[in-house]
Amino acid sequence: MPLLLRTPLHTVCLKQKARMTGFSGWEMPVQFSSIRQEHEAVRTSAGAFDISHMGKFILAGPDVIAQLQKLVPSDLSRLSEGKAQYTVLLNEQGGIIDDLIVYHQGITNGNQQITLIVNAGTTDKDKTWLQAHLSESVSFTDVSRRNALIAVQGPKATEKLQQLCAEENIQALPRYNHLTGKLLGYPAFFARTGYTGEDGFEVMVPVDAAVAVWQKLMDLGIAPCGLGARDTLRLEASMALYGQDINDTTTPLEAGLGWLVHLDKVDDFVGRAVLEQQKANGVARKLVGLTLAGRNIARHDYDLLSEGQSVGIVTSGTFSPTLGYPVALGYLPPNLAKVDQRVEVAIRGKTFPATVTKRPFYKSK
Amino acid sequence: MAFDYPEDLQYLDTHEYARVDEEEKIVTVGITAFAVDQMGDVVFLELPEVGDSVEKGENFGTIESVKAVEDLKSPVNGSVLERNDALLESPEDIANDPYGEAWLIKVKADDLSDLDEAMSAAEYEEQVEGDA
Repeated sequence: MPLLLRTPLHTVCLKQKARMTGFSGWEMPVQFSSIRQEHEAVRTSAGAFDISHMGKFILAGPDVIAQLQKLVPSDLSRLSEGKAQYTVLLNEQGGIIDDLIVYHQGITNGNQQITLIVNAGTTDKDKTWLQAHLSESVSFTDVSRRNALIAVQGPKATEKLQQLCAEENIQALPRYNHLTGKLLGYPAFFARTGYTGEDGFEVMVPVDAAVAVWQKLMDLGIAPCGLGARDTLRLEASMALYGQDINDTTTPLEAGLGWLVHLDKVDDFVGRAVLEQQKANGVARKLVGLTLAGRNIARHDYDLLSEGQSVGIVTSGTFSPTLGYPVALGYLPPNLAKVDQRVEVAIRGKTFPATVTKRPFYKSK
Repeated sequence: MAFDYPEDLQYLDTHEYARVDEEEKIVTVGITAFAVDQMGDVVFLELPEVGDSVEKGENFGTIESVKAVEDLKSPVNGSVLERNDALLESPEDIANDPYGEAWLIKVKADDLSDLDEAMSAAEYEEQVEGDA
């Protein structure tokens, strides 16, 4: 078995009785108390996740944004200091190399400062792709191992986190905005983003600060949460997981990420020709939300059937703790990708009815 | 973490336990506290109907948690006398009392010698503690 990487919070999480699992080459907490309890903590109060395994790049140069624009379908011209854009890197076939967030951190000495946060499993692939496509005028720094990343999520997350950074007014920060400041005296990057469907922050601090910040969050009664709850939370919020719901062969138009594709604003980006064609002729499959009536979970790679014929595939599924029934994401042909459409899922040799459901399954109030 | 492994039960390496009533040849089947803990939040349980026959080493049902789905193996050949319908209604309760209230099925065994190869509590404990 290959050696797994460890985050700066590995030891403290073990002390908190975290159960660990291998994920994208990292040994990560999958659960502390129970997935259900952690899930509920995030939906009703606040939870903290160690997401230090995620890739973190800092780009600087006079025209970084213009160069990045050639690689993503979303209009980056509206990105200004303190704002962020969720988007996708595309290959020539319009397939998704990764989904990521682009943070504009201002202009220093004429250089645009951009931070990218990418998936752990795709960090190396993204780095190779970006370095091959960005010119030498862009300085590219991989700070993945230099910084820890902690997600603090839930309706009470912001007010609790605010107690640790009196100098910064993070409560006033709009969603998807970010600022740099101090957290317990350490330099910190606060982004009002997340992967749970709740309000909250993703906070980047130097590796040395990680344990102190984590402990303070625990002292405030924030529940430590693992990747198990992270998955049930993101699925209820219907957010795609790279490598599972989206990959190099799925385009954003197929994956329900059409809102990231601004063909009328962005003249030229890698993969545009394929997306133009799909926009004109339609896509062959669409990612949909599915709900099941029983308690069986439709899991990754299970077949979707219609009138006995295999018509698609489940990409993610779980038992929704908030809703009390199983939910899933999967690809179906466009004629079946309609709300209230009945299909079937093949689960261990039997078929069970599933209904196409409007996404997201859950929306915070 | 240490779990209970009651002395009066017999264990399979697939984490089912058997509680044997020798006189009546009735075997109560459940899964161990260790297995329940490994599964995490259980959401679904599938059990055979009363009267169905079960076979030693073969699947008689499935247990599913948010994390995983596992087959349930019968420790003996026989037929199902009773199944735990209350547990089917609220499978998450399995974590509360796996050796008591949260039994799965009761089987009328054809031959109790099917259990000859089953493990004692000490043997099972050694196996799972070795896993951990």
